[in-house]
Amino acid sequence: MKKFAFNTFATHTILLVAVLLAAIAVSAAQQTAASGAQKPHTAQAPPPRFRFENFTTVNGLPDNHVFSVLADGERIWAGTENGLAVYENHVWKTYTTKDGLAHRAVLSLALDKRTGDVWAGTMGGLSRISGGRIDSYTQLNSGLSNDVVYGVSIAGENVWVATAAGGCSLNTRTGQWTLYNERNTPMIEIWVYGVSAAQDKVYFAVWGSGLLEYTQKTGRWDKYEDPDGENEIVLFKDQGLIHEIVTSVSYVDNIVWAATYFGASRYDGRYWHNFLTKDSGLPSNFINYIKGVDANRAWFCTDKGLAYYDGINWAVYRPSLKDGKPEMTVRNAQGKVTPVAVTTAPAHNYVLGIDFQGDDIWVATAKGLSHGIRQQR
Amino acid sequence: MNRRFQSAMGAGLTSLAVALFAVALWTECPVRASGADDVDYASPLEVLLSPDGSRLYVLCQQSEEVRVIDAFTYAVIKNIAVGRVPRGISLSPSGDRLFVTNTWEDTLSVIDTRTLAVTATWPVGSEPSGVVEDRAGKHLFVANRISNDVAVLNATTGEEEKRLLAGRGSSYLSLSPDGGRIYVTHVYPNPSPHRTPPESEITVIDTARAVVVDRIPLHGVAGVFHLAFSADGRLGVVAEYHPKNLVPIAHLEHGGYFTDTLTLFGADVGQPVEIPLDELERYASRPFGVAIAPDKSRIFVTCEGSEMVTVIDVQRLLHFIHARPRPASGSFAYDLAASANYVIARINVGHDPRGLALNRSGSKLFVANRLEDTISVIDTHSNRVAATITLAGPKTVSAIRHGEQTFYTSRYGFQGQIGCANCHIDSTFDGITWNLEPDGFGRNIVDNKMLEGLKGTEPYKWNGGNPNIPTECGPRTEKYFWRAEQYDDATLADLSTYLRNLPTRPNRWKLPGREMTPAQERGLALFTRDTDKFGKPIAESNRCSYCHSGPKGTNQKLFDVGTHKPNDNGNLLKSAPLTEIALTAPYLHDGSAQTLEEIWTVFNPDDKHGRTNDLTKDELNDLIEYLRTR
Repeated sequence: MKKFAFNTFATHTILLVAVLLAAIAVSAAQQTAASGAQKPHTAQAPPPRFRFENFTTVNGLPDNHVFSVLADGERIWAGTENGLAVYENHVWKTYTTKDGLAHRAVLSLALDKRTGDVWAGTMGGLSRISGGRIDSYTQLNSGLSNDVVYGVSIAGENVWVATAAGGCSLNTRTGQWTLYNERNTPMIEIWVYGVSAAQDKVYFAVWGSGLLEYTQKTGRWDKYEDPDGENEIVLFKDQGLIHEIVTSVSYVDNIVWAATYFGASRYDGRYWHNFLTKDSGLPSNFINYIKGVDANRAWFCTDKGLAYYDGINWAVYRPSLKDGKPEMTVRNAQGKVTPVAVTTAPAHNYVLGIDFQGDDIWVATAKGLSHGIRQQR
Repeated sequence: MNRRFQSAMGAGLTSLAVALFAVALWTECPVRASGADDVDYASPLEVLLSPDGSRLYVLCQQSEEVRVIDAFTYAVIKNIAVGRVPRGISLSPSGDRLFVTNTWEDTLSVIDTRTLAVTATWPVGSEPSGVVEDRAGKHLFVANRISNDVAVLNATTGEEEKRLLAGRGSSYLSLSPDGGRIYVTHVYPNPSPHRTPPESEITVIDTARAVVVDRIPLHGVAGVFHLAFSADGRLGVVAEYHPKNLVPIAHLEHGGYFTDTLTLFGADVGQPVEIPLDELERYASRPFGVAIAPDKSRIFVTCEGSEMVTVIDVQRLLHFIHARPRPASGSFAYDLAASANYVIARINVGHDPRGLALNRSGSKLFVANRLEDTISVIDTHSNRVAATITLAGPKTVSAIRHGEQTFYTSRYGFQGQIGCANCHIDSTFDGITWNLEPDGFGRNIVDNKMLEGLKGTEPYKWNGGNPNIPTECGPRTEKYFWRAEQYDDATLADLSTYLRNLPTRPNRWKLPGREMTPAQERGLALFTRDTDKFGKPIAESNRCSYCHSGPKGTNQKLFDVGTHKPNDNGNLLKSAPLTEIALTAPYLHDGSAQTLEEIWTVFNPDDKHGRTNDLTKDELNDLIEYLRTR
């Protein structure tokens, strides 16, 4: 009996340990898979360096509050608080409501690469700029769900729109508007801050209602929420979306990059990987905008600078929070942060948008637009 | 019975007989289901010459075929059947393929010019019109009149790659001589604020990239048709109307309610400039087709309503443009003395001249007379019609045909200025609001209406003031529009017959059969509902389906829907038919609603135009999706 008892105890103990070990192993395997998926390369080039040239009202911008930026070949579009500015041949031109723009404050921009048309989400509707002509859609003159347009994205002939009263889409061929809100989607809050569309899926970043996924072929909606609910803590790392308050989303190479005011997430369709200041190179968990380069690389526009993640290393570009001097830091996989000597930085720490022009970047900030000219090493 | 009584009796009986005869004419004219009594007319709309000049391709809209004619002997080589109601025709740059757009079935016919057989029929956009292939043979560009865009097709497979935003009612395309640009015109003006001059554009497409790169504004212009280039590419010319819709039509007598103009652009003129074709008492009503002589000595313009070809001396024209101080607007449209400086001939041709083509040397000009089934051959040295090619078909003029000729001619208008088709382009509408009656500037503004499906929707006018088509088209038109010659009874009867029998084009939003999209079904439920969202009954007269009942969407009664303005004389309006309602913006009697949405989001604050203020935005969208199927 004693032996049996010992054996029973031992057996139970061994089983318990085995189960724990198995759980740890599964968890570790998941984490390995999640991080492994974003480590396709072993020899990592150092993060890019830029020389920043900044534009403000002094040199042609209509306003220093730049909400959005779009690179369109040699043209650069800047959505400001006081008009839509376009930079071409070293000259700025500004479109205003007099030209047909829906509202002076331009929050978001998207390029239809097939037609060359630019779509602008404003505080007063959605505008289409085509060959110099501006057609504007509002909640009064069209099927647009709301005049406050936070985000816009193009996929094929459909324009997907994020508004203060849900998402919607416009089929440019038929003219049909379709609205997405609490009545026909799992959206609880209808304050939609961002949208990213591809031919297969569309993602809506919903302020307070997580991330919504729409599969175009099936018409199916899926909702991704913070497993910890509205708690501002993370009980288990990489368990799911980092937070309910999603501010921006970027869907590229079948990978979802999601920004919140409490960190960022990467989702590959199966596994989540979250980024917080405490365990990544993010300069702040307060993220206004996110843009994926590909499955492994992304840019993060925060209230404390612009950050770049290459799958291993992080780089932060900003005027120093202490003295305002240009600053660039690099954080490697081991968490070691190294300053890089630079003489220029984005116009301001409060970064609201980014786009790519070849190797260069254009950065929208609260106090100007910045052109990051890639520097060769 | 005294003589006076007998005389009065006789006069009365005569009047009764005349009246009965007129009624008989109105009521007994044949009714066609889809073209009926004049289905055999050819109605040539466009003409093209083969690159070697040996063949004339004639696009016949009514017989729905391309007639291939020997350009020297005028003998028929072959008739090639195409699709329903063709409108656009062009040759591939090599001349080996002929493209024809078929507006009523939304297809493109591809014809092999060696075999003269249709080798492919490709689906395209809504009401395809102009078509052109790029020099590289990579893309076909098709202007879609209903969807206001230009479809870019793979020129080999016909597969549509994308659509480019064009002007409203985009219809005609021209390739620049170097092939680098495509210029697109449109027949309805782009949306513009209420009571402002119409705005149109020439949409400029980069051929290689297949993107819109520019839009040349045409201020004050509505109704823009063909465009041509000089061979050296330095002069572009576009045919258009310049309506003066902000002043009462009483001003027809004061120098024109429309000016018929050309806009010139390109290196020869610098900034685009608009020039009139009219001169007092000699109007060039409704310019449509335009061609420039190979040596750039002449411009030829067909003028539909005036049934003539206007000939312009280019050297004198350029001298005028450069010598005269140019108005700040860039337009000489209001100078009716201008055309005497450059118009050198006005050549009478047949009914409703449309497309035209010059031979390679520029010595012969072929003009398609749509409502006469003839081709005028003009000797450009003498500026005279040297020959007339008569196309095979009926030799008699049916009532409908006569009515159509009456509709398109401007001969009845004061000094020949305008015809019905000025405001009802291709028998539709024009997208413009007008100040028709002589009751003061800005009073009783009215939106122009669609003519399709007119029969059975009386009374006419927004205030229901005209009980039937003969009244609408007879005394009212004569009084307010023509201010001149009156129709005789037979002509008025034929015109009425033509209008009653105007067929309605296929609705592009309807699914086959009785199927509906989910949004359309939800919209129909809202259209027919009798209780609001709060469960309260909606009074019968405030339901959509009450006033807009029946197959044409009108119960033909008058209502006050709360949309009258201080400048309107009354507040009762006839419930408007819903036929093809999606196409006919702006809306409401005065065109104050720019879109269907605005009818309810802006102009229905008290729910007098139907109970709608309980609807959510997505429900309103559903209602509109349903209305677009009407």
